[in-house]
Amino acid sequence: MGTLNLTKVTKSFGATDVIKGVDLTVNDGEFCVFVGPSGCGKSTLLRMIAGLEDVSSGDVMIDGQRINDLAPAKREIAMVFQSYALYPHLTVRDNMGLALKQAGVAKAEIAQATGKAAAMLSLDALMDRRPSELSGGQRQRVAIGRAIVRRPKLFLFDEPLSNLDAALRVQTRIEIARLHRELGATMIYVTHDQVEAMTLADRIVVLRGGRVEQVGAPMELYNNPANTFVAGFIGSPQMNFLKGGALGLRAESVGVRPEHLTLLRGSGKLAAKVSHLEKLGGETLVYVLNPTHGLITIRLFGEHDFAVGEEISLNYDENKLFFFDESGQRLY
Amino acid sequence: MSQARQSIARTFGAHAILITYTVIALFPVFVTVINSLKSRKAIFADPLALPGPATFDLVGYQTVLKQGDFFQYFLNSMTVTVASLFFVLMFGAMAAFALSEYRFRGNMLMGLYLALGIMIPIRLGTVAILQMMVASGLVNTLTALILVYTAQGLPLAVFILSEFMRNVSADLKNAGRIDGLNEYTIFFRLVLPLVRPAMATVAVFSLIPIWNDLWFPLILAPSEATKTITLGSQVFIGQFVTNWNAVLAALSLAIVPVLVLYLIFSRQLIRGITAGAVK
Ligand SMILES: Nc1ncnc2c1ncn2[C@@H]1O[C@H](COP(=O)(O)OP(=O)(O)OP(=O)(O)O)[C@@H](O)[C@H]1O
Ligand SMILES: [Mg+2]
Repeated sequence: MGTLNLTKVTKSFGATDVIKGVDLTVNDGEFCVFVGPSGCGKSTLLRMIAGLEDVSSGDVMIDGQRINDLAPAKREIAMVFQSYALYPHLTVRDNMGLALKQAGVAKAEIAQATGKAAAMLSLDALMDRRPSELSGGQRQRVAIGRAIVRRPKLFLFDEPLSNLDAALRVQTRIEIARLHRELGATMIYVTHDQVEAMTLADRIVVLRGGRVEQVGAPMELYNNPANTFVAGFIGSPQMNFLKGGALGLRAESVGVRPEHLTLLRGSGKLAAKVSHLEKLGGETLVYVLNPTHGLITIRLFGEHDFAVGEEISLNYDENKLFFFDESGQRLY
Repeated sequence: MSQARQSIARTFGAHAILITYTVIALFPVFVTVINSLKSRKAIFADPLALPGPATFDLVGYQTVLKQGDFFQYFLNSMTVTVASLFFVLMFGAMAAFALSEYRFRGNMLMGLYLALGIMIPIRLGTVAILQMMVASGLVNTLTALILVYTAQGLPLAVFILSEFMRNVSADLKNAGRIDGLNEYTIFFRLVLPLVRPAMATVAVFSLIPIWNDLWFPLILAPSEATKTITLGSQVFIGQFVTNWNAVLAALSLAIVPVLVLYLIFSRQLIRGITAGAVK
């Protein structure tokens, strides 16, 4: 069990409103990812769910019970932090067992719970070490283990992988996905990383300036963004926005993803000049300049060669265009 | 090659400067200690000479130790210093934690108010303090001194410690809260160990003025039973005749406890002062 309900939740620090009315339901067993630009209030919202930050107005409910005034420890949640936040004076074993010990659980039961979590994360060999004797990746696994041991209704992750190097990040990401399958627990996960959001999430919540812009499954947001902000935020490289008027289309701006553009050496719908090329092996990103639309990104599969300054032309599929009005809202 | 030689020259230069400074700083201590081991005549004949077989004389130490209450003075100084330090560190750290951790109305003002004491010397309030002590019957007790020194040490302690506590990871404290630790456990078990270097810094900076103070012992606790060592040494300084042997011996002895306390704190102290500089 672990259904989270937020109704009209707001948060102000003095005169600044940071969260401006968020309504959200996270279903039992769901993996929900919060994304949004830096400073949009993702961490604040997560801390409010955890009880580390008071809610200015609105209700936070778990399983239908209002928990606004409940202490963090009583909320049956666990949180994993970007900076690991392990207790430096305790061994891995005691770090993982502390919450249960505080709750007055019997020693044998704690040992069993920590042992099980350690086995899930292959931490058995490290149980008697201090956090200072562990690598970054190991520390984050211990922090995840500490969260598991409590058997919480709700897991909260605040950018847990952003301090790890690229290889470890992939490995730990897969581990978190596996844990979610095995535990079937509700998880809320904050990240900056497109790939983490797209691969882990059952549903993504896009936040901007303390408001929810759109909620949906990853492919739903990719294929059906509600506005220019979501369209630009989901998908990497970013969607290109062209001027509708100049294309003879009835829309203020027209979005087209870099992967939906094709490059021609002959004549096409748009003329442009190559301004930069990025070869990544598996794919090639071509940045071209068009006098009316500015810089346009094209993503090609495989290896391609273009000279900087070369005159080329672009084609697009009419069915893969997104149309937006003046305020950035999607038309069709 | 040339770079290596240059860095040797630079190391040499740095050390020369540091050694010069050390010599200048230690010179008065050195002169005090060597003269405390000489006869009165030798002190005046050649103050800078080392004690030789002809001039060596422990008369100063004998006088000091014969002056029966000297150990009592010593004990008084020690009690006052250690107790005051304990309260300064404990209350200073608690106030600093509250100021850095909790958002409440008047937080800024409270911080400013507590820091104001750094700039206003407590001696300005001597008359009022004396009146208070008389009214509460604390004159000629060590409690009076401990109270005054605690008040005197708190502003700097709060100022330094709150700065350090702001840097303790918020995530760590939050993790503790989620695991069900209460605020006292978070303060004593998680935060205090992480600011230990800062605590040592504060301890050393508060220690010296308390140990060396003559003013408050003279005014608040001049009785025989409550004299501190700095005050006790004054008996050897007369209006017309000063027993230099005894004064120098008493001062030499007074250095020892501070030195011991300093050595205890120094490792942490160096880390406290250089924190941030070498991160
Ligand atoms: N204690 C505080 N007092 C005042 N303002 C705060 C406080 N904590 C956060 N804020 C403000 O709230 C806003 C949201 O902060 P938050 O940490 O939630 O952002 P975020 O979305 O997590 O950003 P990032 O992706 O960089 O972690 C920021 O503008 C920040 O300045
Ligand atoms: Mg954040």
